[in-house]
Amino acid sequence: MFKLFKNVTKREILLIIISTILIIFQVFLELKMPDYMSTITRLVQTEGSKIKDILINGGYMLLCAFGSLISAVIVGYLIANITSAFSMHTRKTLFNKIESLSLAEVKEFKTSSLITRTTNDITQIEMFLGLGLQMLIKAPLTAIWAITKILNKSWEWSAVTALAVVILLTTIIIITSIVVPKFKIIQKLIDKLNNVTRENLLGIRVIRAFNAEEYQKEKFEDVNDSLTKRLLFNQKTFAIFNPLMNFIMHSLSLSIYIIGAYLIYNSLLADKITIFSNMVVFSSYAMQVIMSFLMLAFVFMMMPRANVSAKRINEVLDKEISIKDGYITNSNEKGTVEFKNVCFKYDDAEEYVLENISFKVNRGETVAFIGSTGSGKSTLINLIPRFYDVTKGEILVDGVNIKDYKEEYLREKIGYVSQKAVIFSGSVKDNVKYGSKKISDKKIKEAIKVAQAEDFVLKMDNKYNSDLSQGGTNISGGQKQRISIARAIAKDPEIYIFDDSFSALDYKTDSLLRKELKKYAKDATILIVAQRIGTILNADKIVVLDEGKCVGIGTHKELINNCDVYKQIALSQLSEEEALNA
Amino acid sequence: MRNGRGRVNEKPENFKNAIYRLFKELKEYKILIIIALILAAFGSFLGILAPDKLKSLTDEISKGIMVDKKEIVKLQNKMKENMIIDENGNYIFQDFVMNGEKISSIDQIKLTNVMQNNRQDLSLLSQMPESVQKAISPTLNVSKIKSIAIFIFILIILSALFNYIEAIIMTNVSNNFAKKLRSNINNKLNKLPLKYFDKTLHGDILSRFTNDVDTIGGSMNNSLATLVSAITLLLGSLFMMFYTNYIMAITAIVSSLFGLIFMGFVLSKSQKYFVARQEELGNLNGHIEEVYSGLNIVKAYNAKDEVDKVFDKYNYNVYNANRKSQFLSGLMPPMMGFIGHFGYVCVCIVGALLTMKGSISFGVIIAFITYVRMFSNPLSQIAQAFSSLQSVAAASERVFEIYDEEEMSNEENNVYLNKNKVKGTIEFKNVSFTYDGNDEPTIHNFSAVAHSGEKIAIVGPTGAGKTTIVNLLMKFYDINDGDILIDGVSTKKLSRENIHDLFTMVLQDTWLFDGTVKDNLIFNQENISIDKIKKVCKTVGIDHFIKTLPNSYESLITDTNNISAGQKQLMTIARGIIKDSPFIILDEATSNVDTRTEELVQKAMDKLSEGKTSFIIAHRLSTIKNANLILVMKNGNIVEQGTHDELLLKNGFYAELYNSQFNEN
Repeated sequence: MFKLFKNVTKREILLIIISTILIIFQVFLELKMPDYMSTITRLVQTEGSKIKDILINGGYMLLCAFGSLISAVIVGYLIANITSAFSMHTRKTLFNKIESLSLAEVKEFKTSSLITRTTNDITQIEMFLGLGLQMLIKAPLTAIWAITKILNKSWEWSAVTALAVVILLTTIIIITSIVVPKFKIIQKLIDKLNNVTRENLLGIRVIRAFNAEEYQKEKFEDVNDSLTKRLLFNQKTFAIFNPLMNFIMHSLSLSIYIIGAYLIYNSLLADKITIFSNMVVFSSYAMQVIMSFLMLAFVFMMMPRANVSAKRINEVLDKEISIKDGYITNSNEKGTVEFKNVCFKYDDAEEYVLENISFKVNRGETVAFIGSTGSGKSTLINLIPRFYDVTKGEILVDGVNIKDYKEEYLREKIGYVSQKAVIFSGSVKDNVKYGSKKISDKKIKEAIKVAQAEDFVLKMDNKYNSDLSQGGTNISGGQKQRISIARAIAKDPEIYIFDDSFSALDYKTDSLLRKELKKYAKDATILIVAQRIGTILNADKIVVLDEGKCVGIGTHKELINNCDVYKQIALSQLSEEEALNA
Repeated sequence: MRNGRGRVNEKPENFKNAIYRLFKELKEYKILIIIALILAAFGSFLGILAPDKLKSLTDEISKGIMVDKKEIVKLQNKMKENMIIDENGNYIFQDFVMNGEKISSIDQIKLTNVMQNNRQDLSLLSQMPESVQKAISPTLNVSKIKSIAIFIFILIILSALFNYIEAIIMTNVSNNFAKKLRSNINNKLNKLPLKYFDKTLHGDILSRFTNDVDTIGGSMNNSLATLVSAITLLLGSLFMMFYTNYIMAITAIVSSLFGLIFMGFVLSKSQKYFVARQEELGNLNGHIEEVYSGLNIVKAYNAKDEVDKVFDKYNYNVYNANRKSQFLSGLMPPMMGFIGHFGYVCVCIVGALLTMKGSISFGVIIAFITYVRMFSNPLSQIAQAFSSLQSVAAASERVFEIYDEEEMSNEENNVYLNKNKVKGTIEFKNVSFTYDGNDEPTIHNFSAVAHSGEKIAIVGPTGAGKTTIVNLLMKFYDINDGDILIDGVSTKKLSRENIHDLFTMVLQDTWLFDGTVKDNLIFNQENISIDKIKKVCKTVGIDHFIKTLPNSYESLITDTNNISAGQKQLMTIARGIIKDSPFIILDEATSNVDTRTEELVQKAMDKLSEGKTSFIIAHRLSTIKNANLILVMKNGNIVEQGTHDELLLKNGFYAELYNSQFNEN
């Protein structure tokens, strides 16, 4: 966890120092109070003492109490600021790091886990610091100070207090060592419970269609059962803590009184009053010692949980970013893409997803990629915006290796539309001009029109300002795709990349959209991944992929005659006559 | 409006209702809870008794340090008794024994010198001769002290024991209750119509399962017992204080009153920051989730600055609400500490005044010091318990919201169709359907007949209502008007379970669960041999792929596997085929599969579905060319129907759709 403290700013360090000083002051005052208490006790005890003396000592004691209250309030304010600021900064650092991860790394962590790490895990640490930081400074100070104050009073009392501390610490160590390993299991079981529930929600239609409610319920109850069992075990173990601590504390003060009685019994009359008032003072200091050990115990009991979270955060922060940013921000050519012997495999995989792919695309050309399921089309096209880096070979955009570009500059050239349409919560307009504030309203409307989305957008209640929900659940699949295509068009890129992004459109809309786009962006280079022959029929070049290898490049007419794989694909969709004449 | 974000603040009315309902749900644990609460009250009661006894102990001990004036009087009397007047008329002291101590005549003379004028000043004690000191010096009543100490020890042990048993019972109750709540929500979800899931975010339901139920379980465990023992302590210490000494009691209460007022003030102020914190945290979470799940688009559109700006704003708001709520909630303990000290001083001063007047003993002050603590501690405990009960109320309200959702309509179920004897005719009779919240019907007066063994295709542009037809057929939604008949029996008379048994449904959204490939393929079916699975997988063409996985059919499927969308789709198709039902529905089941594989799958399906009635929805018109009947839908109506060739000849909407895939220019 201490690794995370790198994120502490100078201002926060200063605040921590001030807090520490204030806490020292506070401890000093708090430990001063039993002195006044003992004086007051003696005064009350002794006959003939004046009420004025009691008032004066009482006044001093209240002054101490008030001073301690004031510094506690200030410390509370400072600590609240420090921990909130710390979590804000850590969250920001983590967020920035995750933004810079490549998609392969995101996949490795899982999106849902990254979300938990940015939110829940940071909250865990924040909660720990909010309570722990103060205790961590205060407890040892109080303990040591209080011990020095009572050390020379009577060894018998010190011995019982020490014994109580030893029993206390042993109990804590035993409980912690039993419970801590279970924490990790519990965290995992909660993940599992989430997972089963999510599964049920996502698959609700299938589950109902298969009458599998009971089947899924069994899985759920399984997790529910083992989670409850572990939780019960942990909480039952913890349950002994409170009564035991109370018992130890009460026993300690009882022991101090009994020992006191014994000492008084065996001493001379003159010493008796001193011993008595010492006894009262000692028992209050002893409580301070025990309390501060209790505080420390709580800190150390909370720590493992926060530590698990800190580890999860550090895992992300320490992840080396595999995609290194380049520096080039200019290029001579425009709109060209070239693959030179490109190979790609996922880090931990053995087999290559793409092998030795080479082709060149010129400005203004439309190039299509087709191939069977799992042939690597999507992977290939996702290499261009550097979502992944090639394993071997190189990709040139506008004549420059994409690894040398500054990422931002490279992506400025590209209009990318993903396989699964991504819609952000916000208006239609916000979604279309996403990422760039410069785009004018006129341009947005144009882009929407070209993307064949004008019809339904105008039918919506607030037209271009209509709200879309996250994930676009309030519009249909085809409409989502059209909005995400409009987003690419509004950007006016040199190169369009469509990753099977017409799949939810009917043929008519599909062909109309591409026709309009071609008219609108004459010079733009278009790269399309598609399943439908109709979508790619008129492409300038078609790249046919099969199991990660390029098995043919050419136009439809060329390929239908000399590429078997292509011919098979074409014939699965068109009649022989249609295929040959298209 | 969606549930989830931007919830309105809790009203006290809601608080009362939710807590009331919570207790109703807790009925089955009533006896256990009552036992636990009695134990808690008892434990705290013993906890109050202990300081009372400690008072007696202190009194006993302090008797051992105070010189009793009576002893001096006794000594003086004894001296007088033993005095002899000699012949000269002088007083002569004689040795005598008092309290087991021999007091010599010399010592008596010394004493008289010290105590002139018969003054009984104890401060002169140290000047007195040793034998006198010993004789009049106080002794501890050892046996009495011993018996009090043993009594206190028993009290402490019993109190700890009661508290422990109470904690164990409450832990059991709250965890089992939380488990029950989770099971209940899960069961309830199975009874809810699909329209509920259309309007609710998954994340929101998930958070009810985990966060809300956890809050209820966790806080109930602590707050209920704390509340009871705190109230017992409060009442008990009040009683004991008044019982012991009413002037001191009033002193203690008045001095704590400041704390009470302050606490109420802080509580009322801090609540809004806590609500704000949850809300801002919700906003931040929402934004983070959106960015992470659309990260490729964020990158591709260089939207980092824009995203960061929003993030910074939410992050700052969280920070702001956070520090305020944390500060305010942190005020309570030091404030209560101060109140404790303040009470201490007040009690000491008033106590000292009273002791000097002789109306109370010193032990009373010691006891009151403890009572003051006992009185101010439960106050802050009650405050904390109340604020956690407030979050329990908010959380249980969200759980009860699900409880109260309207369930699917009851079914008459008077007809049962046997899966193996169904002939296979389906008739739509003037079916109309409107989604909740829509003005326009999605399906409008839809009529069609599918005869046994036919392959029916449904085509049309997005939003035409194709998937809705499937949803109605599966009875996922209830139709508003008209009827759907299976073998002449209205689906209204069939149970949903029966209908689901008759259909095999494969959807566009591939759904596979965490489990082995085999488990996913068998899914809830009984008596499926591995040979049958392998055979089906071979027909669909994924047998080879599955064998390349590390553990073949026993390989685990997780999110991180590099299984392509198409391969997943093929697995769901295999699962459908394994189910072997008389009706088949394919809703865009092959959209992510390449067309060559699709063709293979199609052929396999055709072979398998011989004699079965099937419905196919597809964008790729090649898939459905050989259908017996093609229904062309537009805006919820059937605009054309017929075979592929008939429809092409007609040169209508279908022909337009079909040809649009060729005429690029």
